[in-house]
Amino acid sequence: MLAMDYRGPKRVRAVQKPMPEIKHPQDAIVKVLRTCICGSDLHLYNGNVPDTRVGSTFGHEFVGEVVEVGAEVTKVKVGDRVIVPFNIACGECHFCRQGMFGNCHESNTEATAVGAIFGYSHTAGGFNGGQAEYCRVPYANVGPVIVPEGMDLDDAVLLTDVVPTGYQAAEMAGIQTGDTVVVFGAGPIGIMAARCAWLFGAGRVIIIDQEDYRLDFARNYSYCEAYNFKEMDDPVVFIKKITDWIGADVVIDAVGAEAAGNTMQTITGRKLLLQAGSATALHWAINSVKKGGVVSIVGVYGPTDNLVPIGNVLNKGLTIRANQASVKRLLPRLIQHVQSGVLNPKGLITHRLPLEEVADGYRMFSAKLDNCIKTVLLPPTASN
Amino acid sequence: METNVINTPIDPKQIPGWGIDADPKNDPTYPMRQRMNVGQDPDSKHRPQSLQPVDTEVLRSIERPNVSAVFGTPEPPSGLSGMIRRAAFHYSENRYRHWLPLVLADRVNVVEGIIEDLAHGKLPNIWAEKGYDVEWKHNRTSLILKLSAVAAVAAGAVVLLSSGDKEPKKPKHYRGAYPEE
Repeated sequence: MLAMDYRGPKRVRAVQKPMPEIKHPQDAIVKVLRTCICGSDLHLYNGNVPDTRVGSTFGHEFVGEVVEVGAEVTKVKVGDRVIVPFNIACGECHFCRQGMFGNCHESNTEATAVGAIFGYSHTAGGFNGGQAEYCRVPYANVGPVIVPEGMDLDDAVLLTDVVPTGYQAAEMAGIQTGDTVVVFGAGPIGIMAARCAWLFGAGRVIIIDQEDYRLDFARNYSYCEAYNFKEMDDPVVFIKKITDWIGADVVIDAVGAEAAGNTMQTITGRKLLLQAGSATALHWAINSVKKGGVVSIVGVYGPTDNLVPIGNVLNKGLTIRANQASVKRLLPRLIQHVQSGVLNPKGLITHRLPLEEVADGYRMFSAKLDNCIKTVLLPPTASN
Repeated sequence: METNVINTPIDPKQIPGWGIDADPKNDPTYPMRQRMNVGQDPDSKHRPQSLQPVDTEVLRSIERPNVSAVFGTPEPPSGLSGMIRRAAFHYSENRYRHWLPLVLADRVNVVEGIIEDLAHGKLPNIWAEKGYDVEWKHNRTSLILKLSAVAAVAAGAVVLLSSGDKEPKKPKHYRGAYPEE
């Protein structure tokens, strides 16, 4: 089968690989119909996630058709079209039973600090991902959800990560009616977080980024104010100024380790890897939220350390909340939102490429070429 | 010498004032998780009934007692990078000795990947793998500048290294270092 193949930082290609096999009685094999490149894939692409092995296949956003099931699989059958949450969850462990499907304890042997994620390094379990024609899906009784009748596959594929992660960013922020919400990062997750902030009753939503085309997109898609931090002397002072010098009630970090905007963070975090990515957005979030406010983190950082003003967290009395999205828990509600038309995930898609052009897809997304917001990859065996 | 003593668990309800100000609604994790403390969860050690057979080398974090019920099988550790990875897994996720060797192993693995390609008679198409076709199409000036900078640095390095070979080094004479002829 054709699959994406990681060769080293900023080097990927599409090659023929062996078909995945059933390894556990609750496994299913899924023929991939749509798969996306996620912003967090760029951390892998840039070589920033430890234990990312050459030969790995990335891809944690995919939907597909079940073509084979293990002996214990009862919830899906061959022929079903399924939404596959990006996190792999057993549904039985101490954490899954608390609804923390992003923190399963029975799917990742190689690290306890993170659950298992499709195609996201051996630090996240060592599973191959969905940027391929076929993918092994463990715990098929737990994760996959059948694509509702009539739902567009382009909407479905964004329910695997982008929509739940953006939604959970807003949910974790504990937004109260009338709150001012600032979102750092106008990538797909940040745009979705800004859109979802309204669902929780926000009174004002502001998004900050450095790419004008993304800010224009966010302004229209998420009905929010959008500002370019490159035009500011200091984004923290800017936010204080536009919030009556109080600060935002809630700030969401939807950037993570690839943040720009601070030379010291960029050099130590992205170039020298002396910290687990550049923590510029988180730094700004802590300093621009009001005293007693909430910082919600969905931007991904590595497993080591980051330079952030933790003293200000204490002195300002902040609440910090963060997690990988619990996709399985959120899907029923989010499917309703898509079906009712409240959310329009496929509106984020700007580019479609055949899987064969995966290297171009990564370069385009990474370098933000051609006004790219979200790229869908189409395997050759996928039907339209 | 082990200095820790084994503490005897106590019943917190015996502590004066225990729980008098408890407020279940004051839970910053709501609605992310339902409250379920390990001590109150009779199934906290429950595992899935079926376990994936361990038929490949799986590196296990020492912060857990067992191999998880499912795990990924691609790219088991091998070669020099594999040796480094195995060494890294002697240490917990709490230690730099775990993570920094893994980053080093990743870089070694890149070289192993190129050698593997060559060994299979395949010359890696770095231009295509880096997606330069699309950068050439949409961001040509930046790409040319980037490649020019790389070429300049490489040319400079070559000139620097080769310039030292043009003239043989003259033996250094230090006053008084040699007996008078």
